[in-house]
Amino acid sequence: MPDTKRPLSPHLQVYSWSLEMALSIFHRATGVALGGGALLITWWIIAIATGPDAYDQFRNVMSSIVGKVFLFGFTFSLMLHMCNGIRHLFWDIGKGFDLEDSRRSSKMVIFFSVVLTAISWVIGYGII
Amino acid sequence: MSLRSPLGKVRGLGSAKNGTHHWWMQKVSAVALVPLTIWFVSSIVQMTRADYEVVINWMNSPIVAVLMLLFIITGIYHLKLGLQVIIEDYIHSEGSKVLLQMLVTFSCVVIGTTASFSILKIAL
Repeated sequence: MPDTKRPLSPHLQVYSWSLEMALSIFHRATGVALGGGALLITWWIIAIATGPDAYDQFRNVMSSIVGKVFLFGFTFSLMLHMCNGIRHLFWDIGKGFDLEDSRRSSKMVIFFSVVLTAISWVIGYGII
Repeated sequence: MSLRSPLGKVRGLGSAKNGTHHWWMQKVSAVALVPLTIWFVSSIVQMTRADYEVVINWMNSPIVAVLMLLFIITGIYHLKLGLQVIIEDYIHSEGSKVLLQMLVTFSCVVIGTTASFSILKIAL
């Protein structure tokens, strides 16, 4: 970065954390996490294409505690990124910029990503 | 009327050098991924305990194979665009920036091609 004498804008630590800020950085973080999810899906597809043994190996890893923690993180990341992404699409067409609307949509994003994750796990494993 | 000078227009297109194309592609892929993700998750949750036969029969169907291809390719493309912006935002040294961008591009192409090939191998 070029060294300039111009004044700098206040940085992150100056502001008190808001729901909107947290969701903004979580959108990015879950986006990166979903890169790991893409690897997981690819492994799953390759295992199916390879044969029954490779598929069983995949299923055994995913049935373990560590596997389930990864799957749960993947599910929640996917739901949060999708819900917040839909909110971004509304912002892109100029809707929902008011402080009140933003706060309400922040809460909706969190609510729906938790609910959708829960529904997926209830159907998928019979547990939350 | 545009306030940009003709020189600015020629040189311009912002720091990414390609105008709004990147942003727009991110949005188009996002819109496509909403129904594809809902389809994928609602299919996959029914197969958490499925045997090999069930899963391979499912992916043998042309509709499923096409939807899987669309989901994978659109998803990886969206991932590539997103990771590119993150690198542009946080990596300031030109060398490691170019290196990381290439790494992301190559990885995404390899993952996308491998997954697509596997889907085709199953379905064809």
